[in-house]
Amino acid sequence: MTDQPLLVAEGLSKNYGARIGCRDVCLAVHPGEVLAVVGESGSGKSTLLGLLSTELTPDAGRVSYRMRDGRLADLSTLGPAERRLLMRTDWGFVRQSPEAGLRMAVSAGGNVGERLMAVGWRHYGDIRAEALDWLARVEIAADRIDDDPRAFSGGMRQRLQIARNLVTRPRLVFMDEPTGGLDVSVQARLLDLVRSLVAELGLAVVIVTHDLAVARLLSHRMVVMRHGRVIETGLTDQVLDDPREAYTQLLVSSVLAA
Amino acid sequence: MTPLLSVSGLSKTFVLHLRGGARLPVVAGAGFELFPGECVALGGPSGAGKSSLLKMVYGNYRVDAGHIRVRDEDQIVDVASADPRRLIRLRAGTMGYVSQFLRVIPRVSALDVVAEPLVGDGIPREEATVRAGALLARLNLPERLWALPPATFSGGEQQRVNIARGLIAHRPLLLMDEPTASLDAANRAVVIGLIEEKKAAGVGILGIFHDAEVRDAVCDRVIDVTEFAAAA
Amino acid sequence: MSAAPTGAMPAITYNFAYLDEQTKRMIRRAILKAIAIPGYQVPFAAREMPMPYGWGTGGVQVTAAVLGPDDVLKVIDQGADDTTNAVAIRGFFEKTAGVATTTATREATIIQTRHRIPETALSEEQILVYQVPIPEPLRFLEPRETETRALHALAEYGLMHVKLYEDIARHGHIATTYAYPVEVAGRYVMDPSPIPKFDNPKMDDCPALQLFGAGREKRIYAIPPYTSVRSLDFDDHPFRVQRFDKPCALCGAEGVYLDEVILDDRGGRMFVCSDTDHCEGRQAEGHVGEMGVAGGSPSPRPSSPRGEGVAGGTPHLSPRGGGRPVGAGEGASGAEKLP
Repeated sequence: MTDQPLLVAEGLSKNYGARIGCRDVCLAVHPGEVLAVVGESGSGKSTLLGLLSTELTPDAGRVSYRMRDGRLADLSTLGPAERRLLMRTDWGFVRQSPEAGLRMAVSAGGNVGERLMAVGWRHYGDIRAEALDWLARVEIAADRIDDDPRAFSGGMRQRLQIARNLVTRPRLVFMDEPTGGLDVSVQARLLDLVRSLVAELGLAVVIVTHDLAVARLLSHRMVVMRHGRVIETGLTDQVLDDPREAYTQLLVSSVLAA
Repeated sequence: MTPLLSVSGLSKTFVLHLRGGARLPVVAGAGFELFPGECVALGGPSGAGKSSLLKMVYGNYRVDAGHIRVRDEDQIVDVASADPRRLIRLRAGTMGYVSQFLRVIPRVSALDVVAEPLVGDGIPREEATVRAGALLARLNLPERLWALPPATFSGGEQQRVNIARGLIAHRPLLLMDEPTASLDAANRAVVIGLIEEKKAAGVGILGIFHDAEVRDAVCDRVIDVTEFAAAA
Repeated sequence: MSAAPTGAMPAITYNFAYLDEQTKRMIRRAILKAIAIPGYQVPFAAREMPMPYGWGTGGVQVTAAVLGPDDVLKVIDQGADDTTNAVAIRGFFEKTAGVATTTATREATIIQTRHRIPETALSEEQILVYQVPIPEPLRFLEPRETETRALHALAEYGLMHVKLYEDIARHGHIATTYAYPVEVAGRYVMDPSPIPKFDNPKMDDCPALQLFGAGREKRIYAIPPYTSVRSLDFDDHPFRVQRFDKPCALCGAEGVYLDEVILDDRGGRMFVCSDTDHCEGRQAEGHVGEMGVAGGSPSPRPSSPRGEGVAGGTPHLSPRGGGRPVGAGEGASGAEKLP
C-alpha cells in the first residue's frame, strides 16, 4: 500500500427526487486496499458504488482517480472514450447478478476474451490461451471454455465474471454483493477465491455488502452507511468489534453467530 | 533504553446504545511501559479489563483518551490516534497478536494459515511452507491435518495452529491473549519454549496468562489492571 | 378529365421515380452525409413504399433519390436479373421514372442489388445500391441501440471480434460466410449487407460509389469510390474467401461465385454462376462449361433458388415448388472449400 490514494471521493451527493441516495460522502481507496461498504438495503451503498464507478452522475461532489501516469484526474472531466477505456482496462465491476455482468449467449472463453479484444488483441490463439489461464485461476475446468454461462451454476457464473473482469489486470475492482444469492458453501469458495486473487494481484477493491462476515473476511477498512450518509468508518475489525454508533451496534448484534 | 510500548492516560468506556445508552467503563488513566526482551502479564480478576486493554493496544478497540505509543523501527506510532492504514502497516510488520481463538478462513489449509504471515513478509511460499510445517511439527500437530482447513479441528488443535501463525514471523511486539488455555502439559511446555526464544530475540511480549505455570515460567512482571479501574 | 373515354380510368401519373422531390432531397442529404463519413450509418426518414419490408424498400428509396432520366438501371437479386424481386423493382422504375433498364452490368449506370456484387468490375461512372435488412453489425451481441451508437462513436469494436472468436471456438474457423463485417476507411465497422464474403474484396478500393439503404431500420451508409474496405479477422485466422472446386457448369468461369442447382430427385446437381449476366456474356463469347451448349446462344438456365424476397434478408430461401427442379440454398456448401 502506498500513501497516494487511487480513488478519492469528495462530498458526493445524489438524490432521487425527494429521496436521498447519497449525502456528502468522502472516502479514499489506496492501492491494494479492500474497502467494504456496509449497511442495510436502501442505505445508499449501491448508489455510492454507482457514483464511484461513474455509472451515476453526482448532484454534488466529485470522484478522482489516479491514472496510470500518476496524475489524479477528476473523473467528470474525462471524455467518454477515456472513461470507457478506464472501465474496461484499469477497472473491473463484479455485479451481484452474473446475468448483468456476463454475456449470457457468448462462450466462457469469449466472455473472458472480450476485454482483451477490446484493447486490441487480434491473435485467436493468444486470446484463447489467456482465457484458459484465467478460467483455471477461477477454478473453471478447461473443457468448459466453449460452453456459454447459461449452462453454468450460480457460483461458476460468478467466478467467470471475476475472470472476465480481472483478465486485463485492473487496479481497482468494484463488487456489488458478489456473494448475494449463492449457497453458503458456494459463497465460501468464492470468498476464498476473491481473497487470494486480491492479495496476489494487489487489487484495490470497493465491495458493497450487507453481509458483515464477508466484510470481515475480505476488507481492511470499512464504511458504514445509513440514510445515504457514512456514519462510521475505521479498520474492519475495529468497527465490527467495537462499534460506536447505535446503528452499527445494531447491525453487528443482529448477525447470527455461526 | 526507549520502551517498545508506552501507554499513558488511557481511558475507555463502552456505550451500549442498544441498552439505552448504558455506560460500561473499562479503564481510566491506564499507563505502563514495555521494553524489548521482556514479557509482561496483565493481571487481575475476570472482568477487570485485561482483554479490552490488550485489544486497545492492538487497535482492535478504540480508546476515548490517552496514548498508546508503539516503536515502529525509527518511528513512534500512537495507536490511539493513528490513521487506519498506518495501523495496518504497524500490524503487518511490528505488532503481532495471538488471540484466544482461531478465526477460521474457509478452505485454507492449516499449513497455509500458518505460512501466511511469512508470505506477507515477502518470503517465498515454498520456504514459508517448510517453516510452517516445522513449527506445526514442534507443536505436535499431526501431519495428516496440515493440508486440511482447521474448521473441523479440536479446540486444542486450533489453538496450536493459532499460536504457530502468531509466532512464526518476527514481530518486535507480541500481544498474547491466553495462548495456552486449551493445551495439555506437553504442548504448554512447547509454547513456553517458543516464548523464551522470542524474548531472547528481543521481542517484547504483553499478554494475559491465566495458567500460573506458564505465567511463572515466562513473565518478568505483572501489571495489575485493577489499578486502572475506572470509577463506575 | 371530362373528356376521358367512357369506362377507362385515367392513367396514373407518378412523380419521377415515385418519391416526391422533398423526400428525395432529404434522402440525398443523408447520402451526402454517408459519403462524407464512410461506413457511418446515417438515420433517414424512410417512407412507406409500395412493397413489403424485406423486398428492398431501403435500396429502392436510395435508387429513387440518385436516379436521373438519363440513367440506365440494372437490378439484381442474388446475382440474377430474372428473379421476382429484381423484375419487380426494374418494372417499378420503368413505370415510375421511365428510365432505360438493362441486364448488362457494363451498360448500367446504377445497379441495385440484393446479396451480390457483380463479377464484372465496376467503373467510376457507376453507383451500386445495396438493399440492407439489418444495418447494425454489432446487433448480434449488443441489443441496445444506445450502446451500439456509443461503440461506433468511440470505435470500440472489440465486440465484433467476440463474434468472430465465437465462430472459431464453435466451428474451428470463421464460419461467417455472408454479411461478413468490414472496417471502412480505417474507422467505422460496417455490415456489407448479406453478400457472400466472397464479394468482400470487391468493395475494397472500388471505383464505383457504393450506397447502402435499410428501409425498415431507416439507415443509409456509403463507401465512397476508392476507399479501403478491410474484412475483420485474427492474425492467426486471416480472412479468406470461399473457393469452389469446379468452374461454372454453363460458362466454365473460375474464380466466380457459384450457386448449387439441384437438377432432379436422384442427387443430380450442377454449379453455375450466380451472376447471370456474367454467365450469359461468357457463353456469348463462346465459353462453354461441362454442361453448357456450344454455339453462341446462352444455354437455358435451370431454375435457380433465387429471388423470393424473403423478409429479414437471410440468404436462405425457400425452394421453389411447382414441379420444376428444386434449388438448394445459397452458399454452394457442397462445392465450397473451407479454408
